[in-house]
Amino acid sequence: MTETATHTQGGFTPPVRFAVPGRIAVSEQVATRWQTATITGIRRETARAATFRLAVPGWAGHLPGQHLQLRLTAADGYVAQRHYSIASAPDDSGHIELTLVHVEGGEVSGWFHTVARVGDRVAVRGPLSGFFAWPGDRPALLIGAGSGVVPLMAMVRHHRARGLSVPLRLLVSARSPGELIYAREFSPETTRVFTRSAPAGVPVGRLAAAHLAPLLAERPPGGWETYVCGSNAFAEHASRLLVAAGQPVDRIRIERFG
Amino acid sequence: MNSTTRGFTGRPRAARPGLPPGQYDAGDDWPVLSAEVTPDLAPADWTFRIGGLVAQARTWDWEQAHALPASAYSGDIHCVTGWSKFGVRFGGVSLDAFLDAAGPLPSATHAVAYAHTGYTTNLPLADLTGGRAWIVWEYGGQPLAPEHGGPARLLVPHLYFWKSAKWIAGLELLDHDEPGFWERNGYHARGNPWQEQRYSGD
Repeated sequence: MTETATHTQGGFTPPVRFAVPGRIAVSEQVATRWQTATITGIRRETARAATFRLAVPGWAGHLPGQHLQLRLTAADGYVAQRHYSIASAPDDSGHIELTLVHVEGGEVSGWFHTVARVGDRVAVRGPLSGFFAWPGDRPALLIGAGSGVVPLMAMVRHHRARGLSVPLRLLVSARSPGELIYAREFSPETTRVFTRSAPAGVPVGRLAAAHLAPLLAERPPGGWETYVCGSNAFAEHASRLLVAAGQPVDRIRIERFG
Repeated sequence: MNSTTRGFTGRPRAARPGLPPGQYDAGDDWPVLSAEVTPDLAPADWTFRIGGLVAQARTWDWEQAHALPASAYSGDIHCVTGWSKFGVRFGGVSLDAFLDAAGPLPSATHAVAYAHTGYTTNLPLADLTGGRAWIVWEYGGQPLAPEHGGPARLLVPHLYFWKSAKWIAGLELLDHDEPGFWERNGYHARGNPWQEQRYSGD
């Protein structure tokens, strides 16, 4: 591979254009300041997932797909920090929502699922990162598995709240109907993939090219911006299927949950 | 703000002298967090170039890079998302061997590392010299897996791991600092885990 790096007026440009340039400018001053968030509501989603509604009076707003950093502090000063995708759409009057799966042995998700109640306070800062954000400008094909549906749901909610006409399609994968987060909120055209057990008449199996083909075939003006979110194994599998189906790599954004 | 969270005790306080502030021990896990599609890059197609402010721009292919003196890193790595991984072992070549061949000019102060995917990240040149950075192609004695940056990645273990660019294609030496991909997305210019330099402004 012969490569020639170039310098332009904008600075150094590598020989290959990066697949996923950031979508938005990030406000550094606001994003890095820790703020108090107060739990104002808790909603069960599945046996292992619940949504926590937080009041953050100074919240600067976010774009669908962005995440935040959350911090819990023990009495002895011990601190645990995690990154969580924001589930709610922007324009939520000083509130944000997080949907957290109870991770076995997880000190932070464990606190949320077994200790937290309305009125409790935690610390958050954000929104963070811009590459997985969707401002609602381009046709978007969203592909998520497990809790990977969370940032994608923020995009769906944004699309609904604003009454946007730009095409938006969602494909979700879950082990079973009972583990499908936000199941009641999906529209009929959402593609559902069940890998372990499915409702009667729905096949059980892994995400396959046949699931993606009809969505990719819609070919909206300007093409799909694809957003893939889930475990690394799912992200690798889904992104390979997209590439094999002809989706350009520079139109595939991936958020992997570690 | 850092007030106490009601009822939060956290995991047992195992003494971990090698754990930077705000990090946790990932144990056997090695999370993958790249934002792009894992490239289909064979060793035969891999090259590594050092250009910019150097006496002579140089490019190495797989064979030429492997002909340089072998060097290994055994120690810990730290990801900005919060996990640290202890006692890892990478094999490759010290970046000093590549830089010595190219000859950085006195005016060179920073570098942009770039990947075969176009990913970029910026580093002070001082963080890339003196036996603190490597080009690696082995992990735990095995070829580095594609999702972890194989066939070869940059390794700068004393900084947060987004600086250790996967699928490394080259270093461009500059006389100024130029933000890379994450750095333009709000992340810190240097990323020292011991000073918890996660985001711009930290």
